[in-house]
Amino acid sequence: MGRTLLKKVWDLHTVRPLSTGQTQLFIGLHLIHEVTTPQAFDMLRSRGIGVAFPERTFATTDHIIPTLDQARPFADPLAEAMLSALEGNCREFGIPLWNLDSERQGIVHVIGPELGLTQPGMTIACGDSHTSTHGALGAVAFGIGTSQVRDVLASQSLAMSPLKVRRISVDGELAAGVFAKDVVLEIIHRLGVKGGVGHAYEYGGSVVDGMSIDERLTVCNMSIEGGARVGYVNPDETTFDYLRGRPFAPEGEAFDRAVSWWRSMASDPGADYDDVVAIDGAEIEPRVTWGINPGQSVGVSQRIPAAGSNGGVAEALEFMGLAGGDPIRGTKIDVAFVGSCTNSRLSDLREAARIAKGQRVARHVKALVVPGSVAVRAAAEAEGLDQVFREAGFEWRGAGCSMCLAMNPDRLEGRQVCASSSNRNFKGRQGSPTGRTLLMSPAMVAAAALAGEVTDVRTVL
Amino acid sequence: MSTREIDRIEGTGIPVRGDNIDTDRIIPARFLKAITFDGLGDHVFEDDRAAMPGHPFSNPAYAGARILLVNENFGSGSSREHAPQALKRWGIDACVGESFAEIFRGNSLAIGLACVTAPRDVVGGLMTRVETAPATSLTLSVSDRVLDAAGERVAVTVEDQVRDALLAGTWDATGLLLDDFDVVRGVASRVPYVRGF
Repeated sequence: MGRTLLKKVWDLHTVRPLSTGQTQLFIGLHLIHEVTTPQAFDMLRSRGIGVAFPERTFATTDHIIPTLDQARPFADPLAEAMLSALEGNCREFGIPLWNLDSERQGIVHVIGPELGLTQPGMTIACGDSHTSTHGALGAVAFGIGTSQVRDVLASQSLAMSPLKVRRISVDGELAAGVFAKDVVLEIIHRLGVKGGVGHAYEYGGSVVDGMSIDERLTVCNMSIEGGARVGYVNPDETTFDYLRGRPFAPEGEAFDRAVSWWRSMASDPGADYDDVVAIDGAEIEPRVTWGINPGQSVGVSQRIPAAGSNGGVAEALEFMGLAGGDPIRGTKIDVAFVGSCTNSRLSDLREAARIAKGQRVARHVKALVVPGSVAVRAAAEAEGLDQVFREAGFEWRGAGCSMCLAMNPDRLEGRQVCASSSNRNFKGRQGSPTGRTLLMSPAMVAAAALAGEVTDVRTVL
Repeated sequence: MSTREIDRIEGTGIPVRGDNIDTDRIIPARFLKAITFDGLGDHVFEDDRAAMPGHPFSNPAYAGARILLVNENFGSGSSREHAPQALKRWGIDACVGESFAEIFRGNSLAIGLACVTAPRDVVGGLMTRVETAPATSLTLSVSDRVLDAAGERVAVTVEDQVRDALLAGTWDATGLLLDDFDVVRGVASRVPYVRGF
């Protein structure tokens, strides 16, 4: 029986079985940011332990940074303290930091692939649940907590329990106006928000095979929203083309040797999967969430489910102030947010700009575009996307996590409803305890911003 | 580096009903703006408590509880260890639930907070019992995989790996991972992208 990519990567990185029955797994790449690491460094200091492989850890800042005024010290002393702690820790332990003054700064899950740090066959860890994103390049990438960040810093390894592999094959063809975001929202809707617990999701099929790396990053990013800590796509020519020439990718003949190894790490034909799910891409509509977890979505032409269909629906509808049985289309919005590690890459901004070009944001809507990295921002400006957005009435901001989780000044107020290209519609997620989030693709967010309400992007293409 | 061995956890319970209670609800992101975990216990479920006056974590009847009773997929979402840290600093030492999100369960184990599971009817029965009589004494035995509620014993599922780590005191994994560091170096030297292509 053939082996999956997960199994190959797992075997290669196994240090040893532990007495607890877990596996000690070598971590090839460790990415850190300001939110989940200060306590980890403190634990190292209090135990008198150093960083084992400082050259395998890279730092940036993303969660707390303002997207308007980035002058230091920040207006928020807590944010300033966090970035100062990261700066001090990186200096003390010899870890490279791409800070606000660097052209490489950005959301950790945007810059990893962008710089070519993320490569096929790697194990990657980061103190952030959306680390699953990096699987788009054929890596096995784990979101971890702060104590595990400490463990990786101390030992470049983690104590991990084995994972099953579920192959999710999306075949057929997506209709115009249907994007990677819609594919992953459909997957989470079908399999549930806890369907992936204990599993890695391997995405494949003609739809995924035909996706760009940006699109695969969007799909893998939201694996965790389906309960799967790890999601990946087997590396292929698209992957290799993407990596060629990136700053941390191998060069020249080394690149060719890397490609042949990367190719060998892909799942074998006939690999042994614990589970297989097939989805017809042609059935997928642009999707919109109506509830308080990312599994609670409908196609834009559909109606919000009626309360009583299951336990969670009534609670979600009450919080959202939506009526079961109403169409989702036409739901009024107050804020539109294009950004986050899910959908803030150049191709996302292009799709949103294509909708916004020559149009105006509805008068009652506050709309902002937050590029995922300094490099994305620069590339977008080079092709004039910032002008398109500004002329349409969107605010054009600096790079960071921004209103996905509102640890910076960008946040919802009161009961505002936000059309958001981010990944979580949890209660209070966007900074107001009573704020409400409707997840959708960047193009759908742009369409909603213009109309002032949820709109079927297929009608404005 | 040895850590504390954990087997019996005794105390009263506190029920928080609902499926898919995510870590943003356990500890909202604004409380992550800090460089220590100190004081997180005061803010556990802060927004849920504000929205729901009768929230168990605001109810003095449950003050001092050590065992949290929850439903399905508890701790989903963000990988913030601040969530189990906040619970632990409030006083929780064990969670008994229908199921837990994977990262939350791992983060909990890493700080010696035991997460064990039981079927929906068992959890529901325990919740009702604690709601009716908050002073009910609960004892979780990790080694026996039993929860004793004032003499009534119910079986709970404790994964082998979790049980072994708690009983051996290796739930804080750093020491274990550094036990034989030469092996780690050996793996690094055989991994193609570390060695160099």
